[in-house]
Amino acid sequence: MLIIKLALKNILGAGLRTWLNVIALSFSFVAIIYMQGLYNGMSDQMEKIAIEAEYAGGQYWHSSYDPFDPLTLDDAHGKIPDNLHTLIDRGEAIPILIRAASIYPNGRFQNALLKGIPPDQKILSIPSGVLENGGTSIPALIGGRMARSTGLKKGDYLTVRWRDTNGTFDADEFFISNIMKTDDSAIDNGQLWIPLEKMREMMDMKGEATIVVLKSGSRFAENAGGWNHKNLEFLMKDIRALFLTKSIGGSIFYIILLLLAMLALFDTQILSIFRRRKEMGTLMALGMTRGTLIQLFTLEGAIHSVLAAVAAAIYGIPLLTYSARTGFGLPESTDDFGLAIGNRIFPSFTGALVAGSILLVLTVTTIVSYLPARKIAKLEPTDALRGKMT
Amino acid sequence: MKYIALVILMITPAFLFSQNNPSPAEILKKIDDNTISDSKVVISRMVIHGRRGERTVRAKTWQRNTSDSFTEYLDPPREKGTKMLKLGDQLWTYSPSTDRTIMISGHMLRQSVMGSDLSYEDMMEDPFLSSLYEGEIAGSGELLGRQVWIMDLTAKKDDTAYARRKIWVDKERYLILKEELYAKSGKLLKQVDIHEVKFIEGRWIAVSATYKDVLKEGDGTEMMIESISFDENIPDYIFSKASLRK
Repeated sequence: MLIIKLALKNILGAGLRTWLNVIALSFSFVAIIYMQGLYNGMSDQMEKIAIEAEYAGGQYWHSSYDPFDPLTLDDAHGKIPDNLHTLIDRGEAIPILIRAASIYPNGRFQNALLKGIPPDQKILSIPSGVLENGGTSIPALIGGRMARSTGLKKGDYLTVRWRDTNGTFDADEFFISNIMKTDDSAIDNGQLWIPLEKMREMMDMKGEATIVVLKSGSRFAENAGGWNHKNLEFLMKDIRALFLTKSIGGSIFYIILLLLAMLALFDTQILSIFRRRKEMGTLMALGMTRGTLIQLFTLEGAIHSVLAAVAAAIYGIPLLTYSARTGFGLPESTDDFGLAIGNRIFPSFTGALVAGSILLVLTVTTIVSYLPARKIAKLEPTDALRGKMT
Repeated sequence: MKYIALVILMITPAFLFSQNNPSPAEILKKIDDNTISDSKVVISRMVIHGRRGERTVRAKTWQRNTSDSFTEYLDPPREKGTKMLKLGDQLWTYSPSTDRTIMISGHMLRQSVMGSDLSYEDMMEDPFLSSLYEGEIAGSGELLGRQVWIMDLTAKKDDTAYARRKIWVDKERYLILKEELYAKSGKLLKQVDIHEVKFIEGRWIAVSATYKDVLKEGDGTEMMIESISFDENIPDYIFSKASLRK
């Protein structure tokens, strides 16, 4: 208790030097929490968007389907197994048929993916209801990115050419029934969503699908006759790996900030030990052991981080709360990077994140404070009293 | 004896008539006989009309049994050395700039060849009209100063690339002077117009034609044959993947 009191008295007595260190350290606190919160927010947002628009409660893939290998797409279709069919009939899953096609927007040739979806589905956030009424033409729903890249607008007609299940060419006019605004480029870029039954008819693939999407929260994971179950853990793997990499990359920024703060603290400790030799000699003469003296100096350093946490809380809490509410605006071009984030990132600050950051800074500060204090172990009281350092 | 004489008398006009008016199947067979050979070596020129002007690509092609072919691009310098090998239903391209051989399959087959109106899948098509289509003579007419039959062809099997074709066939030379390729829905997809024909090594050959993807804007792609020789003895090594890198 004595050394705590003594340490507090000493560092408060140091005045400006202490507060400069505390402010520098508090910046590190806020920066660490903000950066990590930003990455957490991005990751949460991407996962949420992907779940709502693509994955819902997990997917079943046709055995030949590999989304990263477009060459497999021609063979990736088949009859839906009975147990998945039962889920579809109960409204707990939806089938999606995916095929490659060629489109001719404004007379230009472009490759595209045709995706057949039941218009009345409610499992994914895709506004497929607009596909209910297409009149005589085939209604198609496209995303904003696709609309921009092709120059298509709502109400336009588009010539689409495809090959049916036998490889025979077919072509027809599609009517752009709506342009959806989506943050998920994976359901947008180069894709046309059309009514599933119409697509099955066009492709001569009655009752077939490429993937089956399960309802959110579904725990269904039965074996489905050669169709592979992909749970959210698997489907999110790439997003999580991406953010782990981003987070590691981003940590370089606050590591530098932390290093600068630690350098300042290290210098303060060295200076403090040098200037307080007589004080150390006196304390030793009065019976304080070297170990206690080391503890005192280490504690003085560590208290800097406690004060920094308090200072960070004073200006950091309102700042971070505000940023969590209003979000962080992204430039227009971010949309083209293929990340399903949206126009704003909303940082996400959790208790674990704050506690982890405090623990990290406290530990690093304590270590940095201890390193110069080790010198005291070699200190002779008589030399110290005379202002000498051995 | 009287009976035989009567039969001969009856069938003679029919025989003579069939010589002048062969059946659609016979016409298709004769078209195939005229165009298809065991092997051929062709030097061709392709003029591609793009949005930013036109460019000409020259190539030499060795072809064997209609199923295998090897093409080496000669011009322009940017494309020189690019090679393409087709063995049955498989296709590879080799690019000297990257020194890589790529197998073209799946969606890549839909891509255009050198920016032309031809896609790789057009090159993969089976050329035998007589085995793929049933024909019907829809009429007669004149094209390029030649008397032609206008024929509607319907695919015999479900797995034929084009469900329907319309061809204009020279009545005397059994050469297609114009062709329209249709989708299953009846939409016109591609059109081929012949501009010039030549008699080479006992065959009538279209030496200048325009190939047009009708769904695309533009003037199509002109194809010209600079030289062609049939039934050449082409060594087997030409049709190997190893020759792509040579």
